[in-house]
Order: sequence, then C-alpha cells, then structure tokens
Amino acid sequence: MPTNVIMPQLGESVVEGTLSRWLKQVGERVEEFESIAEVTTDKVDTEIPSPASGVLLAIYVAEGQTVERGTVLAVIGQPDERLESPPSAAPAHAHESVPAQQSASSAEAYDSPKGAAQRYSPVVARMAAEHNLDLTRIRGTGLGGRVTKKDVEAYLAAQEQPAAELAPWEQPGAGDLFKPTDEIFAAANAKPVAPAPQTVAAPQPTVAPPPTPSQAPAQPPLSPELGGTLIPHSAMRRSIAKHMVESKLHTAPHVTTVFEVDMARVMAHWKANEAAFAAQGVRLTLTAYFIAAIVRAAQAQPTLNSRWTDDGLFVPNSVNVGMAVALNEGLIVPVIKNAQDLSLIGLARQVNDLAARARAKQLKPDDLQGGTITLTNHGVSGSLFATPIINQPQSAIVGTGAVTKRPVVITDSDGNDMLAIRPMLYATLTFDHRVADGALGDAFMRVFKETLETWR
Amino acid sequence: MPEMTLIDALREAMDEELARDPRVFITGEDVGKRGGVFRATMGLYEKYGEKRIVDSPLAELSIVAIGIGAACADLIPICEIQFADFIHPAFNQIVNEAAKMYYRSGGTWNVPLTIRAPYGGGIGGGLYHSQSVEAFFTHVPGLKVVIPSTPHDAKGLLKSAVRDPNPVLFFEPKKGYRSIKGEVPTGEYTVPIGKARVARQGGDLSVYAYGMMAHYAVQAAEMVAREDGIQCDVIDLRTLLPIDKETILASFKKTGKALIVYEDNLTMGYGAEIAAILSSDGFEYMDAPIMRLGGPDVPAVPFSHPLQEAFMPNPHKIATAIRQLAAY
Repeated sequence: MPTNVIMPQLGESVVEGTLSRWLKQVGERVEEFESIAEVTTDKVDTEIPSPASGVLLAIYVAEGQTVERGTVLAVIGQPDERLESPPSAAPAHAHESVPAQQSASSAEAYDSPKGAAQRYSPVVARMAAEHNLDLTRIRGTGLGGRVTKKDVEAYLAAQEQPAAELAPWEQPGAGDLFKPTDEIFAAANAKPVAPAPQTVAAPQPTVAPPPTPSQAPAQPPLSPELGGTLIPHSAMRRSIAKHMVESKLHTAPHVTTVFEVDMARVMAHWKANEAAFAAQGVRLTLTAYFIAAIVRAAQAQPTLNSRWTDDGLFVPNSVNVGMAVALNEGLIVPVIKNAQDLSLIGLARQVNDLAARARAKQLKPDDLQGGTITLTNHGVSGSLFATPIINQPQSAIVGTGAVTKRPVVITDSDGNDMLAIRPMLYATLTFDHRVADGALGDAFMRVFKETLETWR
Repeated sequence: MPEMTLIDALREAMDEELARDPRVFITGEDVGKRGGVFRATMGLYEKYGEKRIVDSPLAELSIVAIGIGAACADLIPICEIQFADFIHPAFNQIVNEAAKMYYRSGGTWNVPLTIRAPYGGGIGGGLYHSQSVEAFFTHVPGLKVVIPSTPHDAKGLLKSAVRDPNPVLFFEPKKGYRSIKGEVPTGEYTVPIGKARVARQGGDLSVYAYGMMAHYAVQAAEMVAREDGIQCDVIDLRTLLPIDKETILASFKKTGKALIVYEDNLTMGYGAEIAAILSSDGFEYMDAPIMRLGGPDVPAVPFSHPLQEAFMPNPHKIATAIRQLAAY
C-alpha cells in the first residue's frame, strides 16, 4: 500500500512550507527516515524524512512550490505498485477520517507527552502501515501506555463512526487547512492554478491574486510605465507580513509605555564578569540581563505574561521569553523556555546558543514554540526606543534601546542634586490593551527598571 | 455417548484394536495378569490371552527392543513403560533404532510401534514417578509424539497411533487418568495425529498447552473470563510431533498474544519451539512478548507436597500469567 509523504507542520503557526529541493527522484529507492526533501518555512529549514521504505513512486509538488501543511508531496510504495494517479483519485475519505491522514509530525503529535520514543509491537506497526495511521494519536491502554492491537482496532472502529458523534472540538474546521489532504489535493488539481513554481517574474500588469481571500484588500495594479523589479516575497517575509498585520490591525489594540533605566550597575557587573563568563565558554551580553529583568517583572505582574482568549485570560506557569533575532532574510524569535529557572549564566548560554543556531538556520521547530512574552533588543542597531508589534498570541513585548552615556540629574543621600554621566537605556513595554491597562504595564516596567538599576 | 475416564477410554481403544487386528499385542511390566499398574490393560489378559498380553521383565530397554523386532516382523506392538521416568534405558532403542529404521533401510523397514507411558507430576510421586520427558523425543525426526488430554482424544488418538506405520510415543497425563472424564463414542472412530484442538475460543490471547495443562488452561481461562472479562483461545496441542503450525498460527494471528504452558521444567522445554514458530511465522501479528509458564529448572519434581505444588503450574498460576499478558 503506498504511503503518502506529507508536508509536516514544522512549528507553531507555521502553516506552509516551500519545497526547496528533492533529494530523491522518482524511481529511486528510499529507506524509512531517510531524508527525501528539503523544506523551507518562514522559520526553519529542514529535511523531510521518508515515512516508509520503498520506491519514490511519484512527486506531486515541484521544487520551489509553496504548499500548506498536510499537502501530499509524494508517494512511496513498491516498484510494482500502480498508483491511481493523481492522488485526487485516491478513495474519497469521509471527512471524519481526517486524523488518519495526518503525518507523524502533525500538531497533535507535537502535543503528545514528551518522553522516551514509543515502541510498537509488530502487529501494531503493521496495522499502522496498512491504515496509514499516526500512532501518536492513539491512546494506549497497555502496560505503561503502550498502544495495543486492540487500541488500534478500537481507533479504526471509531473512525467509522458517523461524524455527528464527534465532539465539536474534534470536528475538522472549515478552512482548507483542516480538510483532508486528499481533498485539498483534489481541489488543487481541479482548479486551474498556475502550476509553475514561484519564480522571479518580470513586472506584469497584474499580480497573481493572493492565495487566500481573507488577505489584503484589492491593490491597485502596477503601472506598466513604472520601471523597476518585482522581488518575490520569501516565505519568511510573507509570514512576517501576515503576522504583523494580524497582530496590530486585527487582534490587539497596542499601547506602549517608555521607561528610562540607569544601567550603571549592570554595566559594572557586566564588566566585572565578562571574562569569568568567557572562561566558561559563555559570551555575556546585555540581552541576558534584560531577560532576567523580564522574568522578575513577569513574575511580579503575571498579567503581562499571558494570552488573551475569549473565554478568559490564560496565565501560564512559566515565563518563556522569546528573543527576536535579526537575520539577513528577516527576523526569527527563538524561545528560552522556563527562563524563571535559569541563572544569569544559564540565560546567557541559552541566548548564545539560540542566536547562533538562528543565524545558522539550525533551529528546531520546538525552539520556536511556547513563547509567553518577547524581548526585542533593537538597541543593538542603534535605535533609542521603538514601538514593536506584539508577537501573537502573547500579550506583551519588551523593547530595549541602545545604552548611551547621557548627562542625568541624580540625587545623593543628602538630597543634593547633581549632574552625572550615566549609561542610560530607554526600555519600552508594548502590550495588549485588552489584557491590561496603563497602570499595570507601568507596574511591570517598574520592576524591570528596578531589577536592572539595583543589579548586583 | 457414555461418559468415561481417561484410563477407561485408553483401555477401550486397545481392546478395539486387539479385536480389529490379530497382529496387535501388548507388552510391558505387569500388563498381563495384574492388568497394569494403573489398570490400563485390566481384563485384556483374560480376553486375549498370554500370547497377546505379554508380561515383560523389569527391563525397559528390552520391552522397546522386543517391540521394534516384532514390528519389523510384521506385528503391531503396544509397549507400555510403567512410568515415563523409566523410559531412559530404552532411549537408545527409540532414538537410534525405532526412529531411524525407515530412513536407514531406504524405506524397506518400518516400525509400527506404539509406546505408551504415563507422565507428569502432581500425584505425590516424587522424583521418579513425576517426570515429563516429551522434549527429549520431540527433538527426534522419525518419531511421532502424542499427548491426549480428554477421554475422547485418548481413544481416538491411541487407535491412530496403533495404526500408524511409524513409531509413536504416546504419553498419558497420569494425574488425569481417573479425574478426567468425558463423553466417548462407542465403537470405531479415530482422531488424526498432527491436529491440535481448539479447546476454548476467545479473542484476547492464546494459551497453548497439552496434557493435564490443557485442562488447567481451560480452567484458568474460565476463571479470568469470569473475574476479569478476559477471553482466551485455548489450544490443546494433542500432537507434539508433527506439529500443527496451522492451528497454532491461526489463533495467534487472531489474538497477537501467546502464553505457552507446560509442566516440564522451563528451559529448552517443548514450549520454546512453539515460541520460535510464533515469532518466525507470526511476527507481524505479535502484540506482546511471547510468554512461557513451566516448571522451575530444578532436577526433578520434589516429593514434598508444598514443594511439588510450588513446582507444578496450576489454574491460579496460569490465570496470573494470563492477566499479566492481557494487560501488556
């Protein structure tokens, strides 16, 4: 039975990927878990492992083409197997069979409890292959949660239940994303869409309509007289654009508060400890101090370390700080998980590691997930202060500007005012006004400021 | 159909075979006037006379050797070894002569010999009246090894063994000689050698057993069905050699889980072969490690009653193993 190769979900909110290169050609032998294609998403570049051993029977998605997660990319089977080409001719599954169509790296699989790799008995493995099942979706009732043959049988039997018996949250949504991949593919084949990969095109009087109707309002056509070059958007650019518009225009009413922070203590500490950290292989940067201060502030004001839902405000137990890293192509936000458990050196080490891997495009999907608040240290490029856009679905983003020496008025213990030259920082908190009002945002920033000013 | 004990069914089979074919004769210790130490041949001496029911010296080697010679001289001997524990002096005769005769004579000679021997423990018999010896002989091509568990099969299989042109070792679970009762058809019928019996049907796991253990397995299966809702297939193997792979695998393909029970000590016991067949031919159906339940690896079944109980598998031990396997 042929096995579909499916575009996996490569990260939170990553819904599409570009097939950058096929590593195997049709007719070539592939082993299970062998890389068969390279995929670029807006966040990570990765290779897709083959879901089965066999021969690459057909490729449906050309190099350069961008497709949604869940799309069938190729089919693997036995050399003598005849495909009912194209995959739209695959048996029409009722939509309740959605789960069976998902790949091993679907969202649900990521949500499954992390632990030692599951092992499956031969009969369970065989049934999974025969029915194209993702076993991580089946609840095991055997010893230690093992998936038994009976569990698979029960799962298959449940698949045949009418959809009406499914709980509402288990029913597939209406969007293309949630349709069975075979349906998506059938629709894609039926529509006379431009099959060509997205290549650089000369200026055209009209631009191909955006793929989803919900995107931007109609744009005026490009004037043919106006000379210039149309640079195609990268997947990352498109994703950033979409997220920015979504966050600022459709989701959160943004509000920004600006604080001034005297960084003398931090700069002294930094100077005193930089070498000691370096001796331990850690490059100490201001970012680590900022994250430490965010953790303190978030613990004092957890409302800002939260997520708005229509049912209520979700306040996580941990502070997972996203850290914006500028790349040539755009921007990426790896996440320091459980930052509240890390010391300064632990934070610095994480900052080093994530930044290095972000620039080397070596981040794993998991590195990008689970953020609860974000830091953008825009000061590294000289900016004094900024009003960043909230990284949805979070509620707040801290912006830190350049630390500059400025004359400031300070008061000594006797109450005498004097002018002093101090390393000063403008720090901003941009937050979702639905979640908190100005006073709460300022309370957050007071802790942030105090943490840095009293650093020891 | 009349109900009878295992030993009565065996006697009826021998009686019918003696009546059917004048070449059939019985020899062994005390089989004649005394009617056998377990009374298996009781009344046959009076009915068929001393030329057909022949008391032997206390010498197992010679009992089997005489059987082999008589078989080659166109007679059909049924040799009784009083306890399977005492079959060892005849091992050379069975393995080197009886099993190889047809092969080494290029098909000129065959040995239509049946060797009956009570086997197994649980009867307070101690070291030399409790042994299970089947694994020694199931390793030997050229032999057939049969172990019935019900009166019906005992009669039908013994008649098949007598008629079989090859040497057949017919081991009888002596603990069940009188405790196992069942309906037995009157008159002629046979049960084919080489076919296992599905003693009970259920989809959760397969229990493979023979002899007394087949009864215990059925009792254990009823126990777990009642108390835990676990439904077991129980396969009574009946013939250990040649082995009925088809029935064994059919059950395993249905359940994916196997428990093999035998009262012989565990290591290198007969159950290892069942396990090997399941893993080689049933791998893609396997849903749990194949389990064996056997006696401990000690030199013999102990005489002390508590120690004997510790040695012997019983319905409770089997039920415990079934529950473990079902939960896996």
